[in-house]
Amino acid sequence: MKTENSIKFSFPALSMNEQTSRAVVSAFLVQADPTIEELADIRTAVSEAVTNSIVHGYRSISGEVELCVKLLAGREIYIRVKDKGCGIEDVEKAMEPLYTTAPQEERAGLGFAVMQSFMDSVRVRSKPDAGTTVTMRKKLKETSCRTS
Amino acid sequence: MAVVLQKEKTCLIARLSGELDHHSVRSIREEIDTAVTEQQPSKLALDFSGVTFMDSSGIGLILGRCKVMCGIGGTTVVWSPPAHIKRVMRLSGIERLARIETEPSAEEEETE
Repeated sequence: MKTENSIKFSFPALSMNEQTSRAVVSAFLVQADPTIEELADIRTAVSEAVTNSIVHGYRSISGEVELCVKLLAGREIYIRVKDKGCGIEDVEKAMEPLYTTAPQEERAGLGFAVMQSFMDSVRVRSKPDAGTTVTMRKKLKETSCRTS
Repeated sequence: MAVVLQKEKTCLIARLSGELDHHSVRSIREEIDTAVTEQQPSKLALDFSGVTFMDSSGIGLILGRCKVMCGIGGTTVVWSPPAHIKRVMRLSGIERLARIETEPSAEEEETE
């Protein structure tokens, strides 16, 4: 699908950058005029994916997280969060609700469940010791159909 | 992200404000747990009315505080989360452990 506009940026896997990544995504999406709810959904999904890269991907090593946001034709938002961290052995298991490898840090194990619930589609590609790429899509409502 | 702690009889109220994520949750957790240890409240109320953003890190925070309160025989409630934050809470099923309610007004408190 045709890309109307896009932004790509990368940042060190520091937890303080979770907020920064959400702020950049919000700023980029202003041009698409999403509803408050749509924007909240996307911000939450981005936060989950970026936090996963920081907490799990780069658990014991430092590295960069790359975030790419595209506005596609037909008001579809494409988001890709990529890390070169430890990767996931069993993606299917990792996506099970309440499954977490960091219970001592009070991780609820709901990251992927939130992404799946708030976005139209979520795809995870991962290879142990090579990294993880999460791709998400969400189609925004037509502006003319909106009541708010 | 900030938390203001308030004591009302045997209830500890934690008024949260700002964005609640994995980064900000750490200091909040420590502040609340320190106050719980000192005051041994029978009820912990987490006031979410001033929270502007929350991802699943917030669920971890509530879940962890439920465990802490359970350990001292107390309960945990969540006050007034904004609509989009309530959606994350619903998805997690956290309501089974911490009731979601609106903050009782002063008059209601008196008749309790």
